[in-house]
Order: sequence, then C-alpha cells, then structure tokens
Amino acid sequence: MKFHSFRGGVHPPHAKNTENCATIPLGVPSKVVIPMVQHIGAPCRPLVKKGDTVKVGQVIGDTDAYVSAPVHSSVSGTVTAVEDRIITGSRPVTCVEIVPDGLQEVSGDVAPPVVETREDFLKAVRASGLTGLGGAGFPAHVKLNPPKEANVDTLIINAAECEPYITSDCRECIENTDYIIKGIRHVLKWTGIPRAFIGIEDNKPEAIKILEDAVKPYSDITVCVVKTIYPQGAEKMLIRTLTGREVAPGKLPADAGCIVMNVGSVSFLGRYMENGMPLIKKRITVDGESVKTPTNVEVLIGTPIQEVFDFCGGFSEEPAKLIMGGPMMGVALYSLDIPVLKHTNALLAFSKEQVKLTEETSCIRCGRCVEVCPMGLLPFELDRLIRAKSYEDAQKNNLMDCMECGSCVFACPAKRLIVQSIRLGKDALRRASAK
Amino acid sequence: MDKKLLVSSSPHIRSEITTQKLMLDVIIALIPAAIGGIWFFGIRAAILIITSVVSCVLFEYLARKLMKRSSTISDLSAVVTGLLLAMNLPPTLPVWMAIVGSFFAIVIVKQLFGGLGHNFVNPALAARAMLLASYGSKMTSWIEPVNKIAVGVASSATPPADIDSYATPLAAIKGGGKLPELMDMFLGNIGGSLGETSAMLLIIGGIYLILRGVISWHIPVIYCGTVFVLTWVMGPEGLFTGNPVFHLLAGGLMLGAIYMATDYTTSPMTKKGMVIYAVGCGILTVLFRLYTNMPEGVSYAILLMNVAVPLIDRYSKPKRFGGGKNV
Repeated sequence: MKFHSFRGGVHPPHAKNTENCATIPLGVPSKVVIPMVQHIGAPCRPLVKKGDTVKVGQVIGDTDAYVSAPVHSSVSGTVTAVEDRIITGSRPVTCVEIVPDGLQEVSGDVAPPVVETREDFLKAVRASGLTGLGGAGFPAHVKLNPPKEANVDTLIINAAECEPYITSDCRECIENTDYIIKGIRHVLKWTGIPRAFIGIEDNKPEAIKILEDAVKPYSDITVCVVKTIYPQGAEKMLIRTLTGREVAPGKLPADAGCIVMNVGSVSFLGRYMENGMPLIKKRITVDGESVKTPTNVEVLIGTPIQEVFDFCGGFSEEPAKLIMGGPMMGVALYSLDIPVLKHTNALLAFSKEQVKLTEETSCIRCGRCVEVCPMGLLPFELDRLIRAKSYEDAQKNNLMDCMECGSCVFACPAKRLIVQSIRLGKDALRRASAK
Repeated sequence: MDKKLLVSSSPHIRSEITTQKLMLDVIIALIPAAIGGIWFFGIRAAILIITSVVSCVLFEYLARKLMKRSSTISDLSAVVTGLLLAMNLPPTLPVWMAIVGSFFAIVIVKQLFGGLGHNFVNPALAARAMLLASYGSKMTSWIEPVNKIAVGVASSATPPADIDSYATPLAAIKGGGKLPELMDMFLGNIGGSLGETSAMLLIIGGIYLILRGVISWHIPVIYCGTVFVLTWVMGPEGLFTGNPVFHLLAGGLMLGAIYMATDYTTSPMTKKGMVIYAVGCGILTVLFRLYTNMPEGVSYAILLMNVAVPLIDRYSKPKRFGGGKNV
C-alpha cells in the first residue's frame, strides 16, 4: 500500500522509554474523584448524592443530550461528596467523590449488551460511556453515527502514537491484540464500513509484528506502517497519510469518508461487547525525569494522580511540571489531587532541568514555523497579528484552522510562544462572536 | 499542595535550536573565507575584520541602550553583520570607513527599524552600498593578493607593484583586460573584496550551513544556477557563447548567494518564495553585470530583491490544508 504524506511536522525525541514495560494494574485507590464532564459535549447530571453507596460500573452521571457520554463508578463504595471542583480546565465541573470499600462489587446493571441492529449497537456504545481515548474525548456513539449523506468507506484505527514518551497505545496493541480485532469487527459489522486501516508509526516494530499477524485472516483490515513524524497521529494528518484525502476546514473526518478511532477505543469496545463492563479504567504511561520507575499502569478512572505516581515509586526529585498527556499537546496540572480521566493516556512528571524557561526573543523570520505547520498556516504572522490585537485579520489568515499541535513552537529558534498566542486569539474571537 | 508546579500552556518541550546557535553557525561557516582573506591580503584584512565586528557589536550595544531596550548583543547577529560587512570591503579601505559602514548597518538599517528581524534590507549590504556611494574610489581600488594558494600548497606571490592599476576579474572582462585562470578564481588567487575571492572557501562554509540545516540549498543553488544559465545564453558573441563558469566564480556571487541572500529576515518564508527570490536575484545580477557600467551587480540585485520580499511572501503562501483559499 502506498502512503501519502502531509506537509510539515517535527521530530521531537521519541523518548519511548516505557515501550517494553508491561501494564501493571494499580488496584483500588483510597478515593476516586469522577468529573461529570470527561468528553466534548454536554455535561452529565450527577445521579448520586452524598452518602449513597455505589457499585462498580453503576451509572453515576448522565444526561439526555445527544452529544455526551454517561459516567460510571469505577469502584464500589460510598459517595462522600458531590461538588464543583477545578480539574484541568479553568472552569469548575461537578465531581463525584467516592471512598471505595475495597470489595469492588459489580453493579447488577453490568451485563453484555444484546445487539441485533445498528441502533442497538450505537445505544450500547453510548451506554458504555466510551469517548475518544486518544485525547480529545469525543463521544464514540456520535462518531460512529455519521450523517447519512457522508459516504464513509474507511475506518481508521489510530495507533500512531506520535507524542513523545507515551507508549500506552503501543502496549494496547501488544497486550490486547485480540480485543482490538474484535472491536474492529464489531464496528465494521454494525456501521457497514467496508475496510479498516490500522495506522501505526514505524518506531513500534513489536506492536507492528503482532498486529500484522493478527489481521492475517481478515482481508478487510490492513496494518499501515507510517513514518514517525509528529503530528502523524493527528486525525486529519493520519487520514491524509492513509487515504490522501484532506478534511476541509471546519469539516469532520466523515466528510472525507473516514471515521477515526483510537486503538484503545476499539479494544475497549471489543471487550465491552463481551462482558458489558463500561469504561472505568485506563492504561496510562507514567514517565518523565522526576518519576522513579517509569512504566505503564492500569488505573481506575478517578484515581488521584498522586496515588499513580506513588505506585511508580514516587518522585526521584521534586517535579517542576506535571503533564496529563504528551509533552506536545498535554495539559499541565496544578495539583497532585487531580484524577485520572477517561482520555488520560499519560502522566509525565518533568524535572526542573526539563522545564527550563527560555526567554522569548524577536522573530527572525527564519520560516521554520511555516515549514513545519501541518495545516499550511503562517504561524509567525498569526502570532504578530494576535499580539497587535488584529483578531479579525488573524481569522482571515485561517486562525481557526490551527489544531494547536505546537510544531511551530517546538521549531522556533526565537522560542516564541506562537501557539499560546494563537489560543488567546481564538478565545478573543469566540468571545467577540458570543456577544 | 505545598510543592511549586509550573502550569503553562503546551507544548512542554522545545527543540535545542536558538537564534544564538544559528548565528554561531554562520560565524563558523565564514571562518575559512575570513582566514583566507587574511592570507590573501595580509594583516590589513585582519584589522578590517576586527574593526567592523567590534564596531558593529559596540553600535548594537549603544543603540539598544540609548533606545532603552534590552541588550541583544548575545544573539551574535551583530557579529555576523560585522563579519559580512568586512568580507564585502576592499582590503585597502581605511579603517574609519569600516566604522562608518558598521554604524550605518547596525544603527540606521537594523536598530532604527526595530532590530533583528525587522530590517527590510540586509544591513551589511546596505552599508556596502552606502560606502560605495560615499567613497567610490576607495571602495573600488583593489590589490592583488600578497599570498596565493597554489594547487595543494600555499605559496607567496610577488607583491603588487601598483595598487590602483590592479583590476578585478569583472572589471577586466568589462575593460578588456587579461582574464585570470578559472582555477585561480576558484581558489581565490585574484583581487576583490576581502572575503569574496575564494569560491572554494565560501562553498566549504556553505556546505556546512546546509548540512547543519541553517540554510536550505534553494537560494544559493538557484541563484547561482540562474546566473550560470543567463551568462551562458547571453554571451558576448551571440546566444550561448558566454563564459558561465567565469561569472560563477567572479565578484561577490558566492559570498552573496550563500551568505547574504540567505539572510532570514530579508528573504522569503517559504521554499516557493525562495525560488522566485533566487531567480530574481540571478536575473538582476546578470543584467547589472552585462548591461550596466557597473562591474558588479550582486549587492544591488540582493538589495532590490530584499525589498520585493513582502510581495513575494504574499504570493507564495503555503497551501491551506483541506483546500480553501489563503486570503
């Protein structure tokens, strides 16, 4: 199979230090904090109150809104708080705090879904609480139900894992190969999509070998080994690489005939269709200079990150920065009390040495940001316009196309905070249009 | 929470590259040609180089201080400007003129327009043009090298008898004088500006810059290629009778194409833009050389194309992902 390529991209150090670290289950933490928003879309309404006892897999938050996903308890125990807290964003979200009883009693609602039609399947996917596990957290049942006029002919399984450090998807491919295949079969069957491509970067030879062996019986699943370049795993880039199609600005992958699912998402679906256990745990990579024993751990959703780091031997030196996700697009955390979320795929603790602040200097117009921008933008120009508060001019220069991959900032010799000012610009435009 | 955590917006890692490292690479790349200049033209070349580097750095420091701005001398860009200016001067130029040139380059062309990244023409080239306009005769008196490079070994040449009568190859071809051997032009055994005479040493530095990823091959190769083709086609005896190799090696083409035209600030942002710009530089250089009464056209060609860069940038934007138009 011949692949296409996308313009731009950068080559950060891979730092896949944990690629050979088999996943270790962390077990039941001392408490879990489960936010009612762990997805793109409407927040869930908490269905439990303080003092309630809950069981594993019990729905504790839901809503009637279509673009949303229910939230389940990851433990059995007692609800100790239902209150607003600040998690990763700047606005508080309602969270349910549960103190586990350690018994991990499974809720009676947990049963393998009975699926006979496409509608049953989508209903089951919604009930599973699945959101895009790659990082964005888009509800899976919405993704799997594209508008009829969109002629979707390709399911793309994203195992590219282009962010440095993260190896959780790589481990998923190695440890849960069968469930990945089962999940793909379910999706192909119920959506009627004729073929699936598994996109994986060529720096994961072990995972590639295992996947290639696993797909041999299926002529409609192809393992596509793609070049290792950041942001290969960005949805639009992977579609372009595997099909040569470009998702037009403001459009969805379905408009380019594709549905893209993270490899962890299909693997989860494969297992869920068998045992009906909703999304309550997550494999995450724990790494960074400050972590004593970097590894992959399987964590119940809602586990405070403090307990995850403790499980990995604690800190070898005081961390200067904690990141949820990868170093290119992850979110810096302000506290060790923040819980692991559905789409958390890595926790990084960077040492002081790793987060050395560099001073911004003048743009020298070297053109590196333009060269590396996968969206074909002029990052230096957007930066200049936004700093001059010319937001509308920035919009005319396709500001909204920016997916904030950070390639420009990575490449900039003047260490300019380009993406950061792009975020400000987008925010200013959103505020202006909200008025 | 008693630990202090840094909370900042992604990305959380950066490449190692900095403006200072890029400038340092340009300085390293210029060292062979600078040492060559000192070998060819003696101690006065060394004095000129040191004078213009020191005065450029000093003017940068003073200008920033007077304008109450942060000091930028550590980015090494003033060193590069000083070095490039010296390379563009005749070895016999009085030292004070080099200081005047440094002042013009750093204070007028660079800092008054906002400093590094804001100047619209190359400071060193603008200073050279200013000196040429102000001190025409001093800027066009040339000497023969005092030392030459024999193929393989360095040897001492007989010192020139009369400074003013010496002609550069480009002046010779216009005035009908005796032309030097191409190999001498390649090695640098000819007269000319301090750092422009040895194509060999300049190309060594150019290869270093390309390998280090400081510059791309587009501007130097396409610029030289355009000059090669045009000087071959537009020969003195009719079409295809030109001496393109002579034109490649003569004058300031190598210095200009590799080190001056590739200046980030005054060259286009995209590869497409670089191609247009380099072809433009090549065409203008040939037109100046062949059809004006100036012997050399590289500096004016680059300066003119510098001014055209905003226009080129406007029409050579990258293709927007997913189609649609770039406004």
